[in-house]
Amino acid sequence: MSVNQQAHTGPPYGQPQPGYQGYQQPAYGGQPLPGVPQSQYGAYNGPMPGYQQPVPPQGYFPSLGFPSKGSPVSLNSDTSSLAPNFIGSLRAPPTSGAPPPATGASLPSGHLAYSQFGHGDVQNGIPASAAPMQRPPASQPFLPGSAPTPVSQTSTFQQYGPPPASVQQLSNHMAGMTIGSTTASAPPPAGLGYGPPTSVPPVSGSFSATGSGLYTPYTASQGPPPTSVSQGLPLAQPPFLGQPISTQRLPTQVPGFAPPPSSTGIGPSSYPPATGAPRPPTMPGPPLSGQTVAGPPTSQPNHVSSPPPPSTMSGPHPGPPMSGLHGPPPPTHPPQPGYQMQQNGSFGQVRGPQPNYGGAYPGTPNYGSQPGPPPPPKRLDPDSIPSPIQVIEDDRSNRGSEPFVTGVRGQVPPLVTTNFLVKDQGNASPRYIRCTSYNIPCTSDMAKQSQVPLAAVIKPLATLPPEETLPYLVDHGESGPVRCNRCKAYMCPFMQFIEGGRRFQCCFCSCVTEVPPHYFQHLDHTGKRVDFYDRPELSLGSYEFLATVDYCKNNKFPSPPAFIFMIDVSYNAVKSGLVRLVCEELKSLLDYLPREGNMEESAIRVGFVTYNKVLHFYNVKSSLAQPQMMVVSDVADMFVPLLDGFLVNVNESRTVIASLLDQIPEMFADTRETETVFAPVIQAGLEALKAAECAGKLFIFHTSLPIAEAPGKLKNRDDKKLINTDKEKTLFQPQTTFYNNLAKDCVAQGCCVDLFLFPNQYLDVATLGVVTYQTGGSIYKYAYFQLETDQDRFLNDLRRDVQKEVGFDAVMRVRTSTGIRATDFFGAFYMSNTTDVEMAGLDCDKTITVEFKHDDKLSEDSGALLQCALLYTSCAGQRRLRIHNLSLNCCTQLADLYRNCETDTLINYLAKYAYRGVLGSPVKTVRDALINQCAQILACYRKNCASPSSAGQLILPECMKLLPVYLNCVLKSDVLQPGPEVTTDDRAYIRQLVTSMDVAETNVFFYPRLLPLTKADVDSDSLPAAIRNSEERLSKGDIYLLENGLNIFVWVGVNVQQGLIQNLFGVSSFSQISNALSTLPVLENPFSKKVRSIVDMLQVQRSRYMKLIIVKQEDKLEMLFKHFLVEDKSLSGGASYVDFLCHMHKEIRQLLS
Amino acid sequence: MATYLEFIQQNEERDGVRFSWNVWPSSRLEATRMVVPLACLLTPLKERLDLPPVQYEPVLCSRPTCKAVLNPLCQVDYRAKLWACNFCFQRNQFPPAYAGISEVNQPAELMPQFSTIEYIVQRGPQTPLIFLYVVDTCLEEEDLQALKESLQMSLSLLPADALVGLITFGRMVQVHELSCEGISKSYVFRGTKDLTAKQIQDMLGLSRPAVPLQPGRPLQTPEQPVISSRFLQPVHKIDMNLTDLLGELQRDPWPVTQGTRPLRSTGVALSIAVGLLEGTFPNTGARIMLFTGGPPTQGPGMVVGDELKTPIRSWHDIEKDNARFMRKATKHFETLANRTAANGHCIDIYACALDQTGLLEMKCCANLTGGHMVMGDSFNTSLFKQTFQRVFNKGFNGEFRMAFGASLDVKTSRELKIAGAIGPCTSLNAKGPCVSENELGIGGTSQWKICSLDPSTTLAIYFEVVNQHNAPIPQGGRGAVQFVTQYQHSNTQKRIRVTTIARNWADAQSQLQHIEAAFDQEAAAVLMARLGVYRAESEEGPDVLRWLDRQLIRLCQKFGQYNKDDPNSFRLSESFSLYPQFMFHLRRSPFLQVFNNSPDESSYYRHHFARQDLTQSLIMIQPILYAYSFHGPPEPVLLDSSSILPDRILLMDTFFQIVIYLGETIAQWQKAGYQDMPEYENFKHLLQAPLDDAQEILQTRFPMPRYIHTEHGGSQARFLLSKVNPSQTHNNLYAWGQESGAPILTDDVSLQVFMDHLKKLAVSSAS
Repeated sequence: MSVNQQAHTGPPYGQPQPGYQGYQQPAYGGQPLPGVPQSQYGAYNGPMPGYQQPVPPQGYFPSLGFPSKGSPVSLNSDTSSLAPNFIGSLRAPPTSGAPPPATGASLPSGHLAYSQFGHGDVQNGIPASAAPMQRPPASQPFLPGSAPTPVSQTSTFQQYGPPPASVQQLSNHMAGMTIGSTTASAPPPAGLGYGPPTSVPPVSGSFSATGSGLYTPYTASQGPPPTSVSQGLPLAQPPFLGQPISTQRLPTQVPGFAPPPSSTGIGPSSYPPATGAPRPPTMPGPPLSGQTVAGPPTSQPNHVSSPPPPSTMSGPHPGPPMSGLHGPPPPTHPPQPGYQMQQNGSFGQVRGPQPNYGGAYPGTPNYGSQPGPPPPPKRLDPDSIPSPIQVIEDDRSNRGSEPFVTGVRGQVPPLVTTNFLVKDQGNASPRYIRCTSYNIPCTSDMAKQSQVPLAAVIKPLATLPPEETLPYLVDHGESGPVRCNRCKAYMCPFMQFIEGGRRFQCCFCSCVTEVPPHYFQHLDHTGKRVDFYDRPELSLGSYEFLATVDYCKNNKFPSPPAFIFMIDVSYNAVKSGLVRLVCEELKSLLDYLPREGNMEESAIRVGFVTYNKVLHFYNVKSSLAQPQMMVVSDVADMFVPLLDGFLVNVNESRTVIASLLDQIPEMFADTRETETVFAPVIQAGLEALKAAECAGKLFIFHTSLPIAEAPGKLKNRDDKKLINTDKEKTLFQPQTTFYNNLAKDCVAQGCCVDLFLFPNQYLDVATLGVVTYQTGGSIYKYAYFQLETDQDRFLNDLRRDVQKEVGFDAVMRVRTSTGIRATDFFGAFYMSNTTDVEMAGLDCDKTITVEFKHDDKLSEDSGALLQCALLYTSCAGQRRLRIHNLSLNCCTQLADLYRNCETDTLINYLAKYAYRGVLGSPVKTVRDALINQCAQILACYRKNCASPSSAGQLILPECMKLLPVYLNCVLKSDVLQPGPEVTTDDRAYIRQLVTSMDVAETNVFFYPRLLPLTKADVDSDSLPAAIRNSEERLSKGDIYLLENGLNIFVWVGVNVQQGLIQNLFGVSSFSQISNALSTLPVLENPFSKKVRSIVDMLQVQRSRYMKLIIVKQEDKLEMLFKHFLVEDKSLSGGASYVDFLCHMHKEIRQLLS
Repeated sequence: MATYLEFIQQNEERDGVRFSWNVWPSSRLEATRMVVPLACLLTPLKERLDLPPVQYEPVLCSRPTCKAVLNPLCQVDYRAKLWACNFCFQRNQFPPAYAGISEVNQPAELMPQFSTIEYIVQRGPQTPLIFLYVVDTCLEEEDLQALKESLQMSLSLLPADALVGLITFGRMVQVHELSCEGISKSYVFRGTKDLTAKQIQDMLGLSRPAVPLQPGRPLQTPEQPVISSRFLQPVHKIDMNLTDLLGELQRDPWPVTQGTRPLRSTGVALSIAVGLLEGTFPNTGARIMLFTGGPPTQGPGMVVGDELKTPIRSWHDIEKDNARFMRKATKHFETLANRTAANGHCIDIYACALDQTGLLEMKCCANLTGGHMVMGDSFNTSLFKQTFQRVFNKGFNGEFRMAFGASLDVKTSRELKIAGAIGPCTSLNAKGPCVSENELGIGGTSQWKICSLDPSTTLAIYFEVVNQHNAPIPQGGRGAVQFVTQYQHSNTQKRIRVTTIARNWADAQSQLQHIEAAFDQEAAAVLMARLGVYRAESEEGPDVLRWLDRQLIRLCQKFGQYNKDDPNSFRLSESFSLYPQFMFHLRRSPFLQVFNNSPDESSYYRHHFARQDLTQSLIMIQPILYAYSFHGPPEPVLLDSSSILPDRILLMDTFFQIVIYLGETIAQWQKAGYQDMPEYENFKHLLQAPLDDAQEILQTRFPMPRYIHTEHGGSQARFLLSKVNPSQTHNNLYAWGQESGAPILTDDVSLQVFMDHLKKLAVSSAS
């Protein structure tokens, strides 16, 4: 991207520059000096001092206004259309004059070229010229919107383009940064110039509501002001547009977004340049801009270059601007300042402002004070700080409507919370792979400097929505898939065919390989194979190969896998009714074993084992009249007592199995055996699979700590006193290495272990889970299992677990282009070497996070490629290779990196990293390391990408503005900061659970979704708008639902109308609501139906059935509930969002100084 | 008592005892010069129709080291109500119950005809008999089916209250729980891992729960039977269940790849069976009945690997010390056998397979515990089926012909000491004054345990005369031996059988002819053979033969009449005349010759030889040959190749085989179908006669012999040809063309050559 951008931008810049210069000069000069039109600039420069010294209020207000605008812009950016429109309109007027022509010409062409990119480009757009392309399209819509201004669309586009870019930048910057700083700085001037803008802020409020509205004012304002002014305005507006989402949200929800405003403010500044003479200025900008001005200019250049991009970019666009900036950056050093400037402009949201923010909206005054003592002084207004809800809403509204087309390199996909369709055009869907950044630093120095982890979260067997097609199965015949001779990468769309198609050059290692004769195909004039579109492996990002016998264990095609159900029949299990329940359920469940494609019946065979201190195997051979039980009491040396008749086809042995399942509960009804074994159970399953020479899965239903004399016997070592000591890590480590060795054996055989735990007391999940964890299995835990309350949850989990798509005996390898290398892996698997991830079983919910490190330089031209190859055995016993390819951009400018980050993925990685860390280090160390890393990331941004501003301002990259809040959630999670009521088992359980979560799951797990049920529209299908996780947001008169992927809480305020209570719970008053309910009563009224449908909808979305807990306000359970209000201070000492943000800011400041 | 022959016969019938010498040399020196040791064959439970058991306790000598039982040889002072022990001369008071005795009112044990008497005594609770089937499932379908049927049938033959259990094995070992309903349940053990009795009991849940006794609650005694009943159930209760269970038995389900033997865990299965009984019913009568169709191929007791390309060990391998599993396996089974014996249980082995099954290694299980050993080709043969059925045969009084947990206590008068015993027994290590330091057989004890015995079980007991040469025994002095056998009768009664015998002492120098005349050459042959076979178990074959030869030569030197260095002058008295011939056949017998026999077969033959009574043993040493012809009634003929004539039908009984051999002419007639022609009905009868006689033998013999019907030139004729004395061979061609039998193609020496040689050596002054 960056390269392209540069390329494109280069000339444009050149041209622009002059123009810009002109502009700039005036603009800049003007800005700083004159406040009005240039106010933006001035604002920027001024802001800093201005804020502090001068009276914040006005400035702030303006800033606020801007921010708000900025935010809207960003919003716009997100929704390309909006952004462009706004931008377009805004800029159109301003630019229309000058820019259109200059850029106009180039842009059009660009547009054309890009047009293709169009859709996907939005994101790409950011990266490079592609972005511009997008914008054009986006701009089109805009045009109409902005129609008035632009003469021609193109022109408008151009105009927009640039502006958008700038806008984007702005927006981005805005969004990214809490504009605070800029705003802060800008504000004053802006305030002056924007005086009206200030009014904007309110607009911003409205923004969320309608960007246009805001814009219009802007435009108006812009209109009046000269270009520069217009710039300022446009900028401001653009920012909004660009950042729309964030900004919008911000504005809408929270003035808090003021920060964005600040960014917006900045945006404006940048915009102006952009608009004014974005390009030209940029060039000079950087150097010149050294200071804020430079920033803007640079941004401008960016814009310029971006013009195209901007448009596309516009939304994200902060990014593009960045890139744009980078473009110029070539002069990295100078750029930096420039960048900062730009960033300031674009990103530059001032955190410092935070206080400001907090204050910003609320109290400009804060600002002033804040700058000084940013963190402590006054409480920030929670509304003024970046809101996850807003970000999510914005992304949803901006990107949910159009399919995400994967044809372009390095596009940042929509957030995981957004519903979107994916069209595979050569890169793997984000459902399969998500990266922390879609633009990778070219060098390891850069990577180190930024501290942004480079990681991909891979979910190789992810379930796709029905509208998307499953990966095609490709058969390359007897010789197997075509691969590179050297690195063994599989044929993929990035392979370059040369010499008329006789050879291909590997996109990973550049080695040239002969094309096998049967695979030969001629090339067309563009160098593409003629059969390009006929072959999934040449045109798609994800596909499957049929593996040949060479890819099979022992050079034998695998047999269909087996499921073995292993049921604890000790006293506890029998008494709780579990045994009966499982047996009953299995009777019907066995008809729903996973099948492949259109097969009539599942190829999976089943077997049954019960156990307490000894194991009971069952012979359920179809020829028997009655099942036969075989007791193995030699638990010290486990073996399978039978082969034939143990694993059977369900249909053939149906009656015998039914009879067995009927009799098991009876047989053990009077048992008095309380002790259980555990390791031998797994060994038994393992041996059975070994004997049957197949892979498979064990479903173990277990109740207690295995204290019976046997291998893997455990003792109760739970000791809460260890918490917060150096020995705390032992609680997460297995008691013995026995299970690790066992796991290794299991993996070797392809024996995956799923564990259902029903503990009444400590049972050492940390140890019991080792095998499950390392074999790619799942653990389900039902503490104090009670039939009435937990039955549904357990059965649903069981059903899902049994039915879900799963592959066995899997090996995954991630290949990368030269320059980076997969170095670390997180997830539920086993590794016997440093490159291959081995999983006995891999289901559609399991995710592997892979971290990359540089071992060489990357080039911006060729970008970086990932190829994830998963070799596995399907549920019908077919050996296959699933390939996912993803191409990423590379950058030489840090700003590009920051503009293309994905915070949710980042959090996913950081959480996994930290959760693994607790195994080896004291929890406190892990927490500190997390905080430190994030501080470094943000500080690096601040230092290298944001416009200079008061140290008191906190400036966050648009893409990472939620990083602090999310990180705080991670830090407060039970694993890293346990509350008194959290058991050791819970922590171990969560730790393991999180390790294989995908991004969507970690997102909601760490920042639960809180829905006001009483606001739900009973007539529509939609969910009510989520609100932030803070007690302050709860109203006594409402009912709320909170879900985090494991639990659903229904919180009932004390003042809820009786009618609602009656409708929902079927009781007449608040006091009569029973919190023992595990489901909502089925009542025939719209409200009840609606709520239940919401609950059902949520349940469907999650891979586990969530436990429903009714919480009455001021009830005992409320404590538990409050634990999930993650923006508040937690009982266990976790900081509130605001406090943490302050803390973070302090850290950053320390780093910067 | 006209002749010693009659005396010997009477004694055998009354007491089941046959001594090698019926007049005993009175000094140690003389006795050793007799060559054949003073010994006897004792059949402890010889069936006596005329011996009603008495229902009271025997009266014992009060001397703690003696404890001999009151017997007809004791001197009794009726007036003082005292009796003098004839072994230790202790004077004992009669118990109060005997207050009324007098010369005319004698208790049975004092009457001379009750030199053997049986007491029924009350000792401990009566426990039912226990039968634990240990069944190999690695069989061919057909074999398994036959075995299952046999087992099902056997349930109806068991005493109704007997406890039965079932263990099956293949790759795994399954102990079937018989008490449960619905799902059939079994405990499974891995076939490769040996477990201690404790482990086995723990795993089967048999160990008594270590519940601390609560003071208030009395000890739960019924707990024990409840626990053990899971695996051992009274036949009448689970008859149906077990029949079904047996019916559902499947072949071992584990796949056997080509070129390998099925994995068979005989060692562990047996170990578990032993452990199970050990924990639940120690010291009560129990039979572990092992049915196996092949060699143990894994785990402890493994005899051969599972690869078919490695054949099971042969004698050749053993000689070359090339049988890599043998020693370990033998040790495993020996340990088991000793444990079993210690618990008073016995192990039967029913091995049916075409190849060897590892009897060599497993033999001690049967040998030491008195169990049966049956070897056949298939379970689907009448040999097995009928033999198995015969295990449950009932005696004349409707009682099973089996007894359990016997202990044999031998007491001798002072001039004699006990050197040892050979038979299906183990030492109880009872040291005492009458135990000799020199051991013959299982020595060093005066008591042996015989875990299972039937009315024909016979032990050889060897004595040593310890009277010094210079301490002459008074004229008319008699030496006495008392055999006290305590056992559990098949009807679960505890019984004691006491046999007291006495023989005269004679001075070997002055009364040699008496001693000579009282020589029982049949008993002596068997006793010497047992010694030889016993030695053959641990020594090289040739050494044993040399030892036997030397003994024979010395005997001939001692008792023959000859002029020095003149072989032609050599004569043996009538009482010795057959002895050399027995030795000749013994040398050729499969008990000492391993050529042409597999190690398993040798073990099998030796097993039976060491437990059968005198008659059967003699048949084994020197098979009986009957001839049927038109020339007269059936007659026994010489076991000689000259007896093989064209117009004869021969019936040979070797104990293990019954061979009917049609002479050349007879065979031709039969082929021509004369027997079907009415006018040749006599021929038909002739053909039928040996069949009927064979049938009679088949009916009574245990184990059932292999029945072979062959004819001149038939391949099976080898069974006959290998037994007869090769008086005519290809080497002495002069016999060709004569109507004097068939030449045998062998280099073995014939009896004539053997005798010539013997004479030469006997008369040689050099030796």
